[in-house]
Amino acid sequence: MNKNSNTYIIGYSAVMVIVVAAVLSFASLSLQSRQNDNVRIEKMNDILRSIGEGEGADSAPDKAKYVKEEYDKYIVESYAVNTKGEKVEGVDAFNLLINLKAEYDKPEADRVLPVFVSRSDEGVIHYILPVWGAGLWGPIWGYIALDVDWNTIYGVVFDHKSETPGLGAEITMAEFRDQFKEKKIYEESSMVAISVLKGVGASAGNIHAVDAISGGTITSRGVETMLKDCLTDYSAYMNKERAALSAPVAAQTDESEIPADSLTINK
Amino acid sequence: MSEKEKEPMFSAKIWKLLTSPFNQNNPITVQILGICSALAVTAKLKPAFVMALSVTIVTACSSFIISLIRKSIPSRIRIIVQLVVVAALVILVDQVLKAFVYDVSKQLSVFVGLIITNCIIMGRIEAFALGNKPWASFVDGAGNGLGYGMILIILGFFRELLGAGTLWGYQVIPDSWYVANGGFYSNNGLMLLPPMALICVGIIIWIQRSRNKSLIEK
Repeated sequence: MNKNSNTYIIGYSAVMVIVVAAVLSFASLSLQSRQNDNVRIEKMNDILRSIGEGEGADSAPDKAKYVKEEYDKYIVESYAVNTKGEKVEGVDAFNLLINLKAEYDKPEADRVLPVFVSRSDEGVIHYILPVWGAGLWGPIWGYIALDVDWNTIYGVVFDHKSETPGLGAEITMAEFRDQFKEKKIYEESSMVAISVLKGVGASAGNIHAVDAISGGTITSRGVETMLKDCLTDYSAYMNKERAALSAPVAAQTDESEIPADSLTINK
Repeated sequence: MSEKEKEPMFSAKIWKLLTSPFNQNNPITVQILGICSALAVTAKLKPAFVMALSVTIVTACSSFIISLIRKSIPSRIRIIVQLVVVAALVILVDQVLKAFVYDVSKQLSVFVGLIITNCIIMGRIEAFALGNKPWASFVDGAGNGLGYGMILIILGFFRELLGAGTLWGYQVIPDSWYVANGGFYSNNGLMLLPPMALICVGIIIWIQRSRNKSLIEK
C-alpha cells in the first residue's frame, strides 16, 4: 500500500485521533471523581489550616478521612452572603467555594460569597472568608480567618496555581502567612484590608501591613489587591456584623436574624 | 522479532543506550536540549524530582509507542503523529498526577503540560525511535529522560540548598546561622532566579568537559 497516498494519510489520522480521544476520555472519566475529591479535600484542609487546625493531614494515613473528620469537628456553620451584606438562603457555601472564580467573574452586585464559621476546642469562634485574585502567572486564592470582632486576623492561608517556586510561590509558606496574625483589617470604621510593603521590616509596627516577598513583587501585589477587592465585597456584611457587635441591643430589634445566629454559635 | 535477531534484554548495546545519556550524550549538558524546563522547575528539589520522573515516563513510553507503529506512519505526517502520541501521554501523566499525587501536581502546575514542548522527546523519537525496535527505543527514551532528570536533580539540590536553605522542603541550614538570628549566613536569592540556573548549567558543563576531554569541540 502507498503510505503517502492521501487516502491512507486521512484514514491513518482519523483512526489515530479516535483512538487517542477514546483513551483520554476513558482516563479522564475514570479519574474524575478522584480528582474532584482531591479538590474538595484540599479546600477543606485549607479552611482548617487558616484556623491552625488540620496540620496533621500530610502525615495522616488516610488524608481524606482525616480532613473530613476534622472539618466536621471544627467547622460548625457555613452560609452565603451577597455584596449588599444580606444573607442568601438556599445556597451551599461549599459549592460556592468550589466555583469561587465564577462568582468573582460576575458583576460585583450579583456576587454571592461563602462564609465559614469555626469553633475551636475551647469554644472560640472564628469567621473564615475565602478570597480569590490574580498573581503573576495565574490565579491565587486564600482563606482569611477573623476573630469575632470581624477585624483582627487570626490566621491566613494562601495558595496559587502557577507562581514561580521559590519566589511568588512563597506566599504559601508559614514565614509569609504568620505575619498576618493579629493584624487589623479595619481602621476605625473603614475597611483598609492589609497592605503588602516592599522591603524587609517595612511593615514593622504597622498593624495594617506585612512585608512583601523579595523577588515576588507582582505576586505580593496580587495578594494585596486580592485582599482589598475581596474583603471589600464582604465589607457590607462585615459592617453590619460589627455594628451589631458594638450595639447588640439595637441590633437585636431591627436585625433579629443575624444576632440570633451568632447567639446560637456563642452558646 | 525473529530468532536470528533476538538479543538479551540488556546486551552491551542496550546498556550503552541507557547509560550514555548520563555523561557522553547528556541531553542537557551535551545536546543542549530541554534547557527551558531545566531552568523553570529546579528552584526546589521536589518538583525537579517529579518533573524528572514524568519526563522519563513520557520519553520512554512515547519512544516505545512510536517505534511500535513506526512502519505504518506516513512520513508526510510523522511529526503530527509524534506530537499526538506525546501530547496524549503528557495528558495521561497529568491526569494521573492530579488523581493520585494532587499536592505534587499542584507544585508542577503548568510545567507538566509543557513536557510536550520538551525538545528531548521529539528529538529522541526523530533520531532513534523511528529507526529502531521498540525495546531499544524504550531504553533509549528512558536513558535520555534519566540523563535529563539527573541534571534537574543536581540543579534542584544546589538551588534549593543555597537559595532557600532547605532540601525537599526541610530546613537544613541551622536557624542560628542566619544573620536575622545573629549569625553570619543569609540565603542567596539569586539562586532561585532562572538566570542563576543557567549559570549553574554552565558550571556543570564546564566540570563535565574538564573531566571528559572528548566532549571539547576543536
